[in-house]
Amino acid sequence: MNKIADKQVICDVLLEHGRRDRDVMVLCSDSRGSASLTPFAKELPEQFVEVGIAEQNLVSIAAGLARCGKKPYAVSPASFLSTRSYEQCKVDVAYSGTNVKLIGISGGVSYGALGMSHHSAQDIAAMSAIPNMRVYLPSDRWQTRCLMEALLEDEEPAYIRVGRNAVEDVYGEEKVPFQMNKATVVTEGKDITFIACGELVKPAADAAAALREKGISARVLDMYCLKPMDEESVVKAAKETKAVITMEEHAPYGGLGARVSQIVGSHCPRKVINLALPDAPVITGTSGEVFDYYGLNAENLVKTAQKVLQDV
Amino acid sequence: MKNLKALAYKLREDAVDMIVAGKTGHIGGDMSIMEILTELYFEQMNIGPENWDDPDRDRFVLSKGHSMEAYYAVLAEKGFLDREEVIANFSKFGSKYIGHPNNKLPGIEMNSGSLGHGLPTSVGMAIAGKKNGQSYRVYTVMGDGELAEGSVWEGAMAASHYHLDNLCAVVDRNRLQISGTTEEVMGQDDLHERFRSFGWHVIDVADGNDIDQLRQAFQEARGTKGKPTVLIANTVKGKGSPVMENNVGWHHKVPSAEELQQIRQDLKERREEALHE
Repeated sequence: MNKIADKQVICDVLLEHGRRDRDVMVLCSDSRGSASLTPFAKELPEQFVEVGIAEQNLVSIAAGLARCGKKPYAVSPASFLSTRSYEQCKVDVAYSGTNVKLIGISGGVSYGALGMSHHSAQDIAAMSAIPNMRVYLPSDRWQTRCLMEALLEDEEPAYIRVGRNAVEDVYGEEKVPFQMNKATVVTEGKDITFIACGELVKPAADAAAALREKGISARVLDMYCLKPMDEESVVKAAKETKAVITMEEHAPYGGLGARVSQIVGSHCPRKVINLALPDAPVITGTSGEVFDYYGLNAENLVKTAQKVLQDV
Repeated sequence: MKNLKALAYKLREDAVDMIVAGKTGHIGGDMSIMEILTELYFEQMNIGPENWDDPDRDRFVLSKGHSMEAYYAVLAEKGFLDREEVIANFSKFGSKYIGHPNNKLPGIEMNSGSLGHGLPTSVGMAIAGKKNGQSYRVYTVMGDGELAEGSVWEGAMAASHYHLDNLCAVVDRNRLQISGTTEEVMGQDDLHERFRSFGWHVIDVADGNDIDQLRQAFQEARGTKGKPTVLIANTVKGKGSPVMENNVGWHHKVPSAEELQQIRQDLKERREEALHE
């Protein structure tokens, strides 16, 4: 079982780049520990800015730094970053076109038992609705590294959400399949398509493996790029399989499922089932317990797929 | 035109022309900040079309973005924009000359409009200057009603925490906002004490529409080390014509034909007075 969280990888990549590029900067809102960024703050203190518990200021200061040529990474729990500082993300980052990368840590229901204040089940919808904002939810540590390397090369705004705990690998260290803004085909399949993002890609891959045993061929798309979404891969999958099931750690409004349904409905109508968190404060528990309760797991995906294939 | 007192009145006439042509505009605040912008752009800051790409240029953020007509007038006078083109297109369908700052236009650093953003983004710019060992200064102009936004104070806190003596904020203290006086809507006094308690050097500019007083204050700010400086500039909303001055109804308003005639006459007279001072 992998013990390295995605946020740890983010710190590693930022340190590697920060050592040779003093314009790479990290900003935290009293969140360096929870973000695993203490090593960066210690080794490169001149490139680290602490703003205290002030997420609006976090984003605005990052925007000002970017306007003066810096490459700031504003890191804060996804719940606060995507709502408390929403207007700063909209105006100072996206609208002003500043090169700020917004890193939402402990996203989704990572802070399971802490309640709705600490959950970010609306961030895909909120951030995607802002013009000039890109949205990424990487699925494991290897993809997180590829994504970070790509983002360090560009100068456009982006929001990235990762979870709190280490997650099982979807990919391996060798030859991680990654192309910026293109969904990764985790497994090919011709009967049904699963489209997932973030931590739920792994259970989707597990479900596909279980279905293979039963003679059902499921395609799994890792849609880490929520915006711009890889429409071509969605349309291709919908055309080449009989139905599509999406699975996400997000509210049912405005997330992966909603966007995939729009694309499929517009280009090649097929049955689309959306598995998501409820439009309600979620039940208390760890991420795993919450996922199981709402059927965001391999077992329910297998059952749902079998039922859908009987119906279509 | 080297006489900045007269220039400020000429720029007021330009802003009024834009408001009349575009049939919209925040005229009261445009008039109150005109000396502040004039002194900054024509005396204090090293910003112009010739050095717009220079990383060492000073930085300016209009936090009270709704005073855009005043800002257009200044940017046009500096040569960033064409005055006649702005007047012809301001707020028209499809125009790039909208009612708030947009950095797709030359001369503008940050987009604003929503209040409480200019000081925090200026803090970021000032930190960048310190980190890079650059000597540029960062200026931002806020409204007094704007100070009710909590984000202003997040920025104020960080500015003193990081000893940003390269940052100078100006408060356009005209004491009026859209619904009434600031003290009725959300009291700001004692503003000086508030900023002082946040670790700022505070300069009271008794007449914030007086170029000489502003110049002295900006010089004092430049010489203040170890902490950021704020100028509390006591201005008159609608400054330039008794038709508008200190009248809450002129927050945003397009003058009638009769009012316009009077306003233009008043501005012209004051400009000429300034020229002969």
